[in-house]
Amino acid sequence: MSRRTSASRTLIVTLAAWTIAFLIFFPILWTVLMSFKSEGDAIKAPFAMLFSDWTLQSYADVQERSNYARHFMNSVVISLGSTLVALVIAIPAAWAMAFVPGRRTKDVLMWMLSTKMMPAVGVLIPLYLIFRDTGLLDTRIGLVIVLTLINLPIVVWMLYTYFKEIPGEILEAARMDGATLGSEILYILTPMAVPGIASTLLLNVILAWNEAFWTLQLTTSRAAPLTQFIASYSSPEGLFYAKLSAASTMAIAPILILGWFSQKQLVRGLTFGAVK
Amino acid sequence: MATQHSKTAARLMISPAVILLFLWMIVPLSMTLYFSFLRYNLLMPGMESFTGWDNYYYFLTDPAFSAALTNTILLVVGVLVITVVGGVLLALLLDQPFWGQGIVRVLVIAPFFVMPTVSALVWKNMFMNPVNGMFAHIARGLGLQPFDFLSQAPLASIIGIVAWQWLPFATLILLTALQSLDREQMEAAEMDGASALDRFLHITVPHLTRAITVVVLIQTIFLLGVFAEILVTTNGGPGTASTNITYLVYAQSLLNYDVGGGSAGGIVAVVLANIVAIFLMRMIGKNLDA
Repeated sequence: MSRRTSASRTLIVTLAAWTIAFLIFFPILWTVLMSFKSEGDAIKAPFAMLFSDWTLQSYADVQERSNYARHFMNSVVISLGSTLVALVIAIPAAWAMAFVPGRRTKDVLMWMLSTKMMPAVGVLIPLYLIFRDTGLLDTRIGLVIVLTLINLPIVVWMLYTYFKEIPGEILEAARMDGATLGSEILYILTPMAVPGIASTLLLNVILAWNEAFWTLQLTTSRAAPLTQFIASYSSPEGLFYAKLSAASTMAIAPILILGWFSQKQLVRGLTFGAVK
Repeated sequence: MATQHSKTAARLMISPAVILLFLWMIVPLSMTLYFSFLRYNLLMPGMESFTGWDNYYYFLTDPAFSAALTNTILLVVGVLVITVVGGVLLALLLDQPFWGQGIVRVLVIAPFFVMPTVSALVWKNMFMNPVNGMFAHIARGLGLQPFDFLSQAPLASIIGIVAWQWLPFATLILLTALQSLDREQMEAAEMDGASALDRFLHITVPHLTRAITVVVLIQTIFLLGVFAEILVTTNGGPGTASTNITYLVYAQSLLNYDVGGGSAGGIVAVVLANIVAIFLMRMIGKNLDA
């Protein structure tokens, strides 16, 4: 009897979970489907659209008209570049805070987090003017600088929570054996820290890829990443549903795949280790 | 001696990050503060002059400001309520045993990885468009008049779009927290005759408090700065119906070229964010100690 109830209960939960998951995912699914339709079919009623012919025309059009490849490369360079620079600055800081904590370490960490709370508009004008005057406006290097600074607190926090889990006794033992600071980092810390660093890298690339305040404010065309490229579809090309769908699909596909691999780290990284 | 040595080394290792973040905070912010007391328009270069508190006076008494403040609060609170309540319910559901858990998780988390400009445009055109959008097709199919979401209910529509982006995040974090719940405690309570509701209120909810705190903190940081969704859907309109503080400052400074007024708005936004931040930092500070 109890077996039966639990089986039917599982069935009900399964149906409910799949229905909700389908509804939540539906806008993405629909966009992908629409990207394989012609413009004429894309604005038909849902059923008529679904059963019309499939085509790759929109993808060809998007690439030809707006040079998708260049914007894609801008996104790659900006998100990966800013993440790598942030890692170079954050790894020593997080290492020191995790293994040589001082009285003020916690205050410093909280202060870093608090810089994330400063609204971007508070510094929009000075940054815009500085960028305009130094020729950094609409350059990849300019965006790398800004995104590095924006994500630096999160990178430090994430690395700190990972490094904190490496047992300090191992380091002490190595020190007793006469290991220098350099060899300590190279031979003991690095192998244990690589997984944490990799997760930090992955999550930060995702955040930088999707960043949509500074990328929209500080670029126009040359250095425009995919966020800006899609925003340019808001008028009047936005009415070309199939092309918009193709451009959108190409903009989100790489990060969706990366994201699915990083679900677990996402929780930990974005909650600063508070939820694991 | 060795500890003194490593303390110095530690300081050296921390300092680049601290110095960079400090400069990033202090240099542009003091420039904004300085500009906010100037009459400074990008269309009239060289005409800057000191103007005291005028910019603040005009910004704060502009009806657009009170509208934007209200919209910001509605947007943040609206999305928080939807995502936290929806996230708890969804996490409770997904925590049960069922077939295909892996795939369902992957589908549910997906919207979080969609860049804001894409999700806003997809919702605006493919779903909310009053002529060709899916909602319009469905409405006509049911014999109803299609509803023009973004001009009839712009703020509610934007809240819907943003909630769709953040619901996965809340769900994922709450689900992770639920999975660390002590099963034995639950079973013990069940054997002692505690009802499902009692177990939920006295075991599950306290266990989730920390995770909910974190969700609220992180989402608030991002929700106060919602910008792209407004830019590509409504441009803050009609009128100021969907303008939040972030968008208002952007419009004032880069669309109206009013650097002075925009800077005053920027400082107001910083002060407001700090008021929120003080509360949030206390909350998370307490919770992270535990």
